[in-house]
Amino acid sequence: MSCRRKLAFSLVLSLTSLASPMRAQDWVHAGTNLGNAKIRIAAADFKPATTDPQTPTLKAVFDATLFNDLTNAGLFDMVSKSFSPQASPGSPQEINLAQWAADPANAAMVAFGSLSVANGRIQVYGWLFDTHNTVNPQILGKQYNEVASEEMARTIAHRFADEIIYRLGGGINGIAETKIYFISSRSGSKEVWAMDYDGQNQHQITHLGTISISPRVSPDNTRIAFASLESKGWAIRMYSLEIGRMVTFPGGATGGANQSPSWAPEGNRIAFSSSRSGDPEIWVANLDGSNMHRITFFAGPDVAPTWNPKTGTQIAWVSGRTGLPQIYIMDQEGANIQRMTDGGYAVSPSWSPNGQFLTFSWNRKYGPGAPGGQDIYIMDIASKRWLQLTHDAGNNDFPSWSPDGRHIVFQRKLGTHTEIWTMLSDGTQQQQLTHGGTNMMPNWSWK
Amino acid sequence: MTRNKLVFVPVALFAVLFGVAGCKKKSSAPTEATAPPATASPAPTVQLTATPSTIAAGDQVTLSWKTVDATDVSIDGIGKVPTTGVKTVIPSESTTYHLVAQGPGGSAEATARVVVTTPPAVAVPTNTMTAEEEFKANVQDVFFDYDAYDIRSDAQATLSHDASYLAAHPNIKIVIGGYCDERGSDEYNLALGQNRADAAKKALVEAGIAATRIRVISYGKEKPFCTESTEACWQQNRRAGFSIDQ
Repeated sequence: MSCRRKLAFSLVLSLTSLASPMRAQDWVHAGTNLGNAKIRIAAADFKPATTDPQTPTLKAVFDATLFNDLTNAGLFDMVSKSFSPQASPGSPQEINLAQWAADPANAAMVAFGSLSVANGRIQVYGWLFDTHNTVNPQILGKQYNEVASEEMARTIAHRFADEIIYRLGGGINGIAETKIYFISSRSGSKEVWAMDYDGQNQHQITHLGTISISPRVSPDNTRIAFASLESKGWAIRMYSLEIGRMVTFPGGATGGANQSPSWAPEGNRIAFSSSRSGDPEIWVANLDGSNMHRITFFAGPDVAPTWNPKTGTQIAWVSGRTGLPQIYIMDQEGANIQRMTDGGYAVSPSWSPNGQFLTFSWNRKYGPGAPGGQDIYIMDIASKRWLQLTHDAGNNDFPSWSPDGRHIVFQRKLGTHTEIWTMLSDGTQQQQLTHGGTNMMPNWSWK
Repeated sequence: MTRNKLVFVPVALFAVLFGVAGCKKKSSAPTEATAPPATASPAPTVQLTATPSTIAAGDQVTLSWKTVDATDVSIDGIGKVPTTGVKTVIPSESTTYHLVAQGPGGSAEATARVVVTTPPAVAVPTNTMTAEEEFKANVQDVFFDYDAYDIRSDAQATLSHDASYLAAHPNIKIVIGGYCDERGSDEYNLALGQNRADAAKKALVEAGIAATRIRVISYGKEKPFCTESTEACWQQNRRAGFSIDQ
């Protein structure tokens, strides 16, 4: 069994173990790595190989980013910097593996190398060694050469981290180079923003001066679909990341509220909610606006479609047809409707990259005067068994899976502040990515 | 009324001045005309009517005139005109049209007065209330239960009052905004707001208001009327709000 299958299997197992009597219990410790000991890994500070004045700054950025990426991966038991040997081995000849294998580091793996800056270029040599294999310790050896800048120092660290994660994490691509798109009101109006997966490099994408919400990036990372309030109402709009400006989505502004777009995994179709028929329903259209057709037919709100990214043939969405909103799934033609949640207030589904799970926001005790909290849950689609990931911490909404399926980004409102957080898909390692202003509706890029 | 009088004075003055200027020209003509032998030409006769004689600002008035034995006809403020004719004018203030006809046998004149009434909006007795304020006072918002978009019984009464005002003011077009409280998802609330605004629109249409006069926008929880996390505030924000479509 490959590591990947093992991960998925153990997650299913942990969900399966939540037999019905346990449902009432809020706090359950379960996760993607139960029964799998995490690999203990050390990331040595890289050796500065030149005396260029930029070297110390770029090295500091590189070292911090690499350590952070490996920590964030959720696969490793990281050796803290204070437990690491003082050495900065710059090459395989300079490393003393026994030193890293011994207490207190106890590392099974060590990442090390050198960083130099010369003539405006940054050069990095990086290795990953198995500390217990003294005969043939090298697992990975990489070389990078880029324009010298903090941004590129970070990018190289992301690439090296992703190589390590790919090699040790069962052949699933790392996410260190992925982006998160979100809505921020920092400029004074709600606009689309982007940031690196770790919260670095936050920057504004749109400058429309109205209210924009629900950004969703295309599977090939070339476009962002979102909804904007125009003079005639809400329209689905598109921004091209390639040419850096708005592009058209014909039919996206027709009649009434058009909102909550979602990309089919092939990137050629959009599903969204539109009230053009007189009631908010789910519609699907090609990217050029052709073949616009309606797939739901019930009175009441139907919103927030999300495609099964594995098959591209199913859609999960939110419907208020029975009163409070619930999560449903259906075929992309609108047939075979299945209700997934059994009550409360369930919204904002996101489908896991492997097609097996949904994550969504659920207030199971919703009602006038009810003390329920709005939390992030995941559900195994086949069994409808669910697991609560956030507890007793504000109102949580808009979860979005990372492309490796190991992480979830979401919005958390504490008091009056809404900020963006990430966590592992078992609810651990929660960390806040944005600070200040209102930051909401995160969407993790597909790659 | 005072305004009409004030207006009338300059108009009359203008007419007098113009008349004097015309008379000067006219008085020189007869001095020459008296020289030829008198051919017993009858003096011209004229008739001038303005219909209707009372209009609202911006409306049209038809001036029609007939002359007999006249060769040269002019209307003050319009200039030379055919001896018999019809002309459409749009006076912005009350005006006295003054026609002078000259012929070999002398001259004649006629007048027709058009009274321009002020527009009704300005004539509303409470001068302090703008059209917007009057709309707000008469067309009231309706409120909804939580997570619901059906019209409550208290909202039925409000909507029928709203509809009667709109029926009496057929020129007003409206926007209905759908609003939700802060709880729950932004996307779901946007759809719910749409349902609320559409429900209010449907009620007005059923009460006889033309659907073409009504535009609907959902604001979800984007534009709250208040921001406290209390049931009183939430109720304020669960509404269909009416405003004039400018």
